[in-house]
Amino acid sequence: MGIRTWIRSWPVYRQLTGDDPLGRGTAAQSPRSAALGARTTSADRTARSVCPFCAVGCAQNVYVKDGRIVQIEGDPDSPISRGRLCPKGSASKQLVTGPQRERKVLYRAPYATEWTELDLDTAMDMVTDRVIEARRKGWQDTDAHGNRLRRTMGIAGLGGATLDNEENYLIKKLFTAMGAVQIENQARI
Amino acid sequence: MSSRHSLFGPLEDVAADAGHTDPPPRVGFFTDTSICIGCKACEVACKEWNLVPDDGFNVLGMSFDNTGMLGADSWRHVAFVEQALPLGGQNPGLSGLPIGPSGSEEQAEVAAAGLRHDERGGGELGTGPVDLGMPSFQRPGDTGGAEGRTDFRWLMMSDVCKHCTHAGCLDVCPTGALFRTEFGTVVVQQDICNGCGYCVSGCPFGVIDRRHGDGRAQKCTLCYDRLRDGMEPACAKACPTDSIQFGPLDELRERARLRVEQLHEDGVTEARLYGDDPHDGVGGSGAFFLLLDDPEVYGLPPDPVVPTRDLGTMWKYAGMAAGVLAAAAVSAFAGGRGR
Amino acid sequence: MGSNMAECHPVGFQWVTEAKARGAKVFHIDPRFTRTSALADRHVPLRAGTDIAFLGGVINYILSHDLDFREYVLAYTNASFIVREDYRDAEDLDGLFSGYDPETASYDPTTWQYENTEPTSRDSARPQEHKEEAAAYEHGAHGPEVKGAAGNIATDPTLQHPRCVYQILKRHYARYTPEMVEEVCGTPKEHFLRVCEVWTANSGRERTSAVVYSVGWTQHSTGSQYIRAASIVQLLLGNIGRPGGGVFALRGHASIQGSTDIPTLFNLLPGYLPMPSASTTPDLASYIEHIRADGQKGFWHHADAYIVSLLKEYWGDAATPENDFCFDYLPRIDGDHGTYRTVMDMIDGKVFGYFLLGQNPAVGSAHGKLQRLGMANLDWMVVRDLVMIESATFWKDSPEVETGEIVPEHCRTEVFFFPAASHVEKEGTFTQTQRMLQWREKAVDPVGDQRSDLWFFHQLGLRLKERLAGSTDERDRPLLDLAWDYATHDGDEPSADDVLRHINGHDLTTGRVVDSYLDLKADGTTSCGCWIYSGVYADGVNQAARRKPRREQNLYALEWGWVWPLNRRVLYNRASADLQGRPWSERKALVWWDEERGEWTGHDVPDFEPRKPPGYVPPPGATGPSALHGDDPFIMQADGKGWLFAPAGLLDGPLPTHYEPHESPVRNPLYGQQGNPTRRVYGRLDNPSNPAPPEPHSEVFPYVLTTARLTEHHTAGGMSRWVPYLSELQPYLFVEVSPELARARGLEHMGWAHVVTSRTAVDARVMVTDRMKPLRVQDRVIHQIWLPYHWGGSGLVDGDVVNDLFGVALEPNVFIQETKVTTCDVRPGRRPRGRELLDYVTRYRERAGITLETGTRVATTDGLGGVSHTEPTKGPDGPRRPEEDA
Repeated sequence: MGIRTWIRSWPVYRQLTGDDPLGRGTAAQSPRSAALGARTTSADRTARSVCPFCAVGCAQNVYVKDGRIVQIEGDPDSPISRGRLCPKGSASKQLVTGPQRERKVLYRAPYATEWTELDLDTAMDMVTDRVIEARRKGWQDTDAHGNRLRRTMGIAGLGGATLDNEENYLIKKLFTAMGAVQIENQARI
Repeated sequence: MSSRHSLFGPLEDVAADAGHTDPPPRVGFFTDTSICIGCKACEVACKEWNLVPDDGFNVLGMSFDNTGMLGADSWRHVAFVEQALPLGGQNPGLSGLPIGPSGSEEQAEVAAAGLRHDERGGGELGTGPVDLGMPSFQRPGDTGGAEGRTDFRWLMMSDVCKHCTHAGCLDVCPTGALFRTEFGTVVVQQDICNGCGYCVSGCPFGVIDRRHGDGRAQKCTLCYDRLRDGMEPACAKACPTDSIQFGPLDELRERARLRVEQLHEDGVTEARLYGDDPHDGVGGSGAFFLLLDDPEVYGLPPDPVVPTRDLGTMWKYAGMAAGVLAAAAVSAFAGGRGR
Repeated sequence: MGSNMAECHPVGFQWVTEAKARGAKVFHIDPRFTRTSALADRHVPLRAGTDIAFLGGVINYILSHDLDFREYVLAYTNASFIVREDYRDAEDLDGLFSGYDPETASYDPTTWQYENTEPTSRDSARPQEHKEEAAAYEHGAHGPEVKGAAGNIATDPTLQHPRCVYQILKRHYARYTPEMVEEVCGTPKEHFLRVCEVWTANSGRERTSAVVYSVGWTQHSTGSQYIRAASIVQLLLGNIGRPGGGVFALRGHASIQGSTDIPTLFNLLPGYLPMPSASTTPDLASYIEHIRADGQKGFWHHADAYIVSLLKEYWGDAATPENDFCFDYLPRIDGDHGTYRTVMDMIDGKVFGYFLLGQNPAVGSAHGKLQRLGMANLDWMVVRDLVMIESATFWKDSPEVETGEIVPEHCRTEVFFFPAASHVEKEGTFTQTQRMLQWREKAVDPVGDQRSDLWFFHQLGLRLKERLAGSTDERDRPLLDLAWDYATHDGDEPSADDVLRHINGHDLTTGRVVDSYLDLKADGTTSCGCWIYSGVYADGVNQAARRKPRREQNLYALEWGWVWPLNRRVLYNRASADLQGRPWSERKALVWWDEERGEWTGHDVPDFEPRKPPGYVPPPGATGPSALHGDDPFIMQADGKGWLFAPAGLLDGPLPTHYEPHESPVRNPLYGQQGNPTRRVYGRLDNPSNPAPPEPHSEVFPYVLTTARLTEHHTAGGMSRWVPYLSELQPYLFVEVSPELARARGLEHMGWAHVVTSRTAVDARVMVTDRMKPLRVQDRVIHQIWLPYHWGGSGLVDGDVVNDLFGVALEPNVFIQETKVTTCDVRPGRRPRGRELLDYVTRYRERAGITLETGTRVATTDGLGGVSHTEPTKGPDGPRRPEEDA
């Protein structure tokens, strides 16, 4: 930056020479201010999403730049929400990008007093083994009257109601194929 | 016809006055508290967009308000007011119940004591904000009655920087950190501000505040960056019931006037506007409100006056005054660069 | 009523404020003055748990002033239908209906049927089943059976017959007078009458009124009947199926509607098909017969196509006509396998593994201690969540660790924590509260080990199949034959889009997706994962992903998202037109019959067969959809009508009746029957009940307690207590009390208090507010208090678990717990800690005389002489057994 440019960008100089002798407007505007724009405008892409909190189903636009979420706000096109969001919906970016999010599989062994880390693939295999064992342990072929049951009472599940339809579908389908009937959801609560 | 370079009184075009050629219409907020549901979406949407940090997990107990006041880390603040008073057009369902006196005063007293302990940036410099007095849900004489309360109303209001026509913060800022944008709004430029804190005492509303640790002054920018891309501010966009409305100030004032008329017709005779009058002590606000009670009840000054009201006279008779201001600006600016 | 819409559904509330600005009246009838009340025209207070008495009062007001919309009521409801001669009403039997069996605490509903219709096969063919049998668990599934309902039901169009539904209704509610409403609800007469006047004045041909409810209605031991009561009012006033009318359930989670449509619930298969029962539906034929019954109307008649298409989607080529399409692969239910029963079974050592999927029952379910003790007695548990919720760490920092009831070194449960992908890190659909499916695009990839539940279960399925490959064990066939070959994206993430296509269904002969459930076949040539969602992929397009801007379409915005069934926005909208198919009024036009084109048309997709004229009369002997008359708008009902009286389908009576909550400070003023006589109680040492009249000592817990949400938090806190911007807005647990109760109990604003029930005591800061107000009930002053239930021991802001205060008592139809009302004591200061807390609560139980039997004698028409429903248990901490008292 040359000395003349520097002088020109100096608010008091601009104030004394421009249309803004009190130095409250153009004369005071910094280069940063002059270049400001909404970070949503410069986003690489926008994913059209839906708020994960209550069941109103407010439409969200998720703005992504360089593979990171830079903003989440309401989609004005929605006939349900007209672009508006409540405090929870407005906090969606902090919900999904905040440091509170867990990133690693953790394992608590029987009688342990602390967590230990576990590799995802190993954990999946361990859970698979345990499902098979619990399924067999709790298996019931028939009831006391000889009616067919064909089920296991060894495995239960309780899901939240932020599960997608597709997820619920696979959960119910897999539980049913395992013979596990005790699958429940927040919808019961 | 208002005077050019005015520091007080009505001013037709604030942006042009600040040197912007062919500025867009002046914009602002009209906050209609009669439809505010106190959800605080404005507080959160503001923080998400402007990357404002949380303001601590304070227990205030002032009804559902745990923000307390506007500050460096709260650019929007939703006030909650519980009163043993009637609201036009509403029946609070109290008649016929086995009730005693109101508890609202006790609640307000406890909350007020809590607020006294709430520190603000700038206080240590002797540039503390305007003392607005302690919150009180009642006006003198408005007791719930010794036998039993008969009325109740719960008022909510989202407060914000007023973006005054004559902005005390801007007029006293020695560094040029505060400036009037082409939209007629008032913005702190974080790349300029050196944290001197003069603006804190310059604001008749107690809005602007310095951030702990960082020291620079912070307040609502009316989402200057969004405005430049033709978007509305984050709070107004999020507001579920459109209690916060954004738009050209002229249109908002007209809309507000009609809304007051409508409410009066509906029996809500308490409805009145605050901050819409160009003849008031700050030349009218860019952010004005439809209130259902006196401004003090919401923690707003009843008759705010820009502290630089008399500066114009001084300018006329003694150019020195401006010279001092400019000198202060130079030194502060230079100092700021050296940091 | 039962909803705090401004706080819990703020963005939805914009439509209420907009309606109000256009002149609509908004009444908030609720125990609490909330942010909703603050914007309402009137807050009408009532005692928690008494809404049926209030609504019964409204019904009585309508009937005694002849204010029903008679033309609508006569044509579209069952008002004129005549009920069997042996039916006895609650008015006749002191609060019980005919058919009650005190031993099983259940009804035989045979006598509730219409005259001339035959009793259903299961009632006539077998003796009354024990309550534990499956029939009780299918409610919420398919439509209630009314055999022969397509034929001639005896009617009296003059509504004068003493046994016609209209007259039964009139008699049933005759004592629900304004005075009685005041005595039961504590609502002063003036307020109640104002509601009646405004509601009726704003209903009819030209105007409509809507009712909004949420879990303030469902979380009661009589929850289903709350909603029934509102439906009766709305049917009488002609407010169903019409614009601006309706009974709106505002559901509380992004896809909780989807979680029942495509259920992860023990008693349902997708699309409200029932899970097969061990005793009643052993094979496909009996299963289908059970759903559609003989000779009834409506679309449940095609249940064969729905279930066979589901089986084809589950088991693909392995499902053949010869093997009943693998119907036998389905596990059977034979009792209560709900979440609370399951938790007690965990404590009893009957369950070994537990999956928690985005759910935090240690905080969010009733009786948190029961939940945590259950978790502590498992072999293993999988927790999948965004953050480290309390349910994942019960073994190291739960309240029971403080009391010594759980010792980490002695707790054997193996816990796997899997970090979950968030809503922006995966694609898929949520179904919102108006049955609308909306597709979410994936914005970014999850990081580290974060994965979607779609990935987790797909992987688990693949690994199970791999592990069991080659097994000759017959019980492994359902897993080995399972159709599990969904397309994947970049690597191993299943394509939710492909799963949605399979949910929509395919024509297996062409491989193309089907366009609607009308295309489904019972011969195995179609597959469909959820028949009511069929059409979401019509024309090969993901209809849920449509986002045509609202400004470019009409108010109903038919091209935004997709609403089941068949994109119909207002259910039963045929009722918006009169018998001749003309809108009841031009103002309230929605769909109508276009004579020229010979079809139904309008602003919405008609919820009726498109070419069936309004005057259509089916030929004799018709069943199913073809038996529907041109003026039968309720096309899923067995008789095509809206039910004022429910001749089937509910376990606790054909008409809503005021019963006191399971835990109540007062005696039922209307009947000797105190509470719901069919509510599910679990008489166990670890599940004590507070006494309620006629039991003695209810005064030990003199106050009514309810719980609620705050705008600033979300349910059990996993999505808000870790989020700074939300936590700072409501950083602490509080208990709201009226100034009157504060004075009576010495409670100071923002001071500490603790709330006590027979389960535990919890600490909270006191919020003294005029918003809370005492009520006068039966010449007693009743104080109500409430607490938000969002807090637990972890997160940025913590607090005691409010749900620990509740026991487990369930609504009999849907097994939802009564967490919207209980009784309690409240005291200044903090609760005792550690072991002392247990002793403190034990002393309360002793003072209240609580035994294993307390609260379990559900039939009280004979006072305390009724049968107690207990189960033998042992627990280290709980009430003494009765014999110990002796």
